[in-house]
Amino acid sequence: MNALLDTHGLQAFYGDAQALFGIDFTLSAGELVAIIGANGAGKSTFLKSLTGLLRAPSDAIRFKGESIGGLPPGEIVRRGLAMVPEGRRLFPSLSVEENLLMGATPRRAGPWNLQRLYGLFPILAEKRRQPATSLSGGQQQMVALGRALMSNPEVLLCDELSLGLAPVVIREIYAAMPAITGEGMTVVIVEQDVRMARQVSQRVYCFQDGRVSLTGRSDELTPEQISQAYFGIEESHA
Amino acid sequence: MLETLLQGVLLGGLYTLFALGQSLMFGVMRLTNTAQGDFIILGAFAVIAGVSMTGASVPWGVVLAVLPLAFGFGYLLQRHVLNGTLGKDPLPSLVVTFGLSIVIQNLLLELFSADPRAIEVGALATASVPLGDTLALGALPLVILAVAVTATGAMQWMFTRTPLGRTFRAVSDDREIAELMGLKAKQVYALATGIAFVLIAIAGALQGMRTTVSPSDGPLLLLFAFEAVIIGGMGSFWGTLAGAMILGIAQQIGFRIDPGWGIWFGHLVFLAVLVLRPQGLFPKTR
Repeated sequence: MNALLDTHGLQAFYGDAQALFGIDFTLSAGELVAIIGANGAGKSTFLKSLTGLLRAPSDAIRFKGESIGGLPPGEIVRRGLAMVPEGRRLFPSLSVEENLLMGATPRRAGPWNLQRLYGLFPILAEKRRQPATSLSGGQQQMVALGRALMSNPEVLLCDELSLGLAPVVIREIYAAMPAITGEGMTVVIVEQDVRMARQVSQRVYCFQDGRVSLTGRSDELTPEQISQAYFGIEESHA
Repeated sequence: MLETLLQGVLLGGLYTLFALGQSLMFGVMRLTNTAQGDFIILGAFAVIAGVSMTGASVPWGVVLAVLPLAFGFGYLLQRHVLNGTLGKDPLPSLVVTFGLSIVIQNLLLELFSADPRAIEVGALATASVPLGDTLALGALPLVILAVAVTATGAMQWMFTRTPLGRTFRAVSDDREIAELMGLKAKQVYALATGIAFVLIAIAGALQGMRTTVSPSDGPLLLLFAFEAVIIGGMGSFWGTLAGAMILGIAQQIGFRIDPGWGIWFGHLVFLAVLVLRPQGLFPKTR
């Protein structure tokens, strides 16, 4: 098994409070993996640890065979791991295009550039000079997604793309996924919408209270298994 | 009355230069440099020392030589001292810059004594441009105003139109996400302070040409810079220029009424803005 990205017993803390209790996670090149779980299960914490926004022990995270735990976020994105953060976090004083250009800061070579993005999301080309936060929620999510793509990552981490968006808008965003994964991009999505998560992904991890409570192929897991892992009716399986 | 207004605008030009560096540093990293005035005076003395060492008859070459030094000084100061003071709590940066203020004042006192000094600019100091029969404006203050307007326009252009300005705004908006995009915030801050110190050196040189400087002048200049920034609001560098103009005009009107009232009148306008419009006259528009 040649993992592109994997974690071994990853723990994470907010001050004294432990948020992750030993996550074992593995990701192969070209996969689309979904992480589901209730609020506070540690999904966002996990992505923050991967991208360096939260301190992690060096050996707990390996990317392309190298330990990247504890590296600064800028170094991790330069190595090819980019994130669409929860709540989009666009730069309010930058225009749409300026936000996208910020994503290109690591100067990695690859298929994604302004032109390609505008082809994928034509509405952004139309609104490129507008302040990013003046756009609708769905359009802002397109900017956030595009900003992460502009770094031409090998692995794209998406934290709650559907947060606060109407179902029709969520479908519109996810409709862009094939164009993204079509380039061989490896993608991890954190998603509250279990149905959507299973639909777009090949494998699913379910988190519960900072542990992996279930993992398997998206098309093989039964709804009963998922709801048990999601809501934790029994003791955690970790 | 017209003369008072024009003199106020000319004075405002100088205050703009006092304030631009402060405006940039606060805008990019929410750092209030309480040693701003003392660094301006330090800049003036650097030019004075340079002129006396080289024996130059006009100071312009020395001023140009000081600007890159000022940039390097600001860059290193941010990198090695001020970056360590930044955080959610504004107190460490205030305390450290206040400490720097005391250090600079005493250092200058030790090196140059308390005597007021000036930067000689020859005939330019007394030259004037006649405006009609009764009115004449000093050539040097006009030069200062031109420098101030040019510097403001350049800063605004840099901030809104260039990749460097884009990174300044991004780091100011959301440091964590900017770093996630691969920016090194500490380096961006150091560049901002380097640029602020170029503006500070320009302000110091022109202050030394227009009047005299002595080591204890800094705090008053800081106050003017501060008032200009607050009156103008944090929206843009043009706002800072407008704030400085309003302050300059208010002071001139005060001087006109009673020679002892000038600076006090400026404070009154500042206070009025603070009470009636605490966000400043031109707050952030987007």
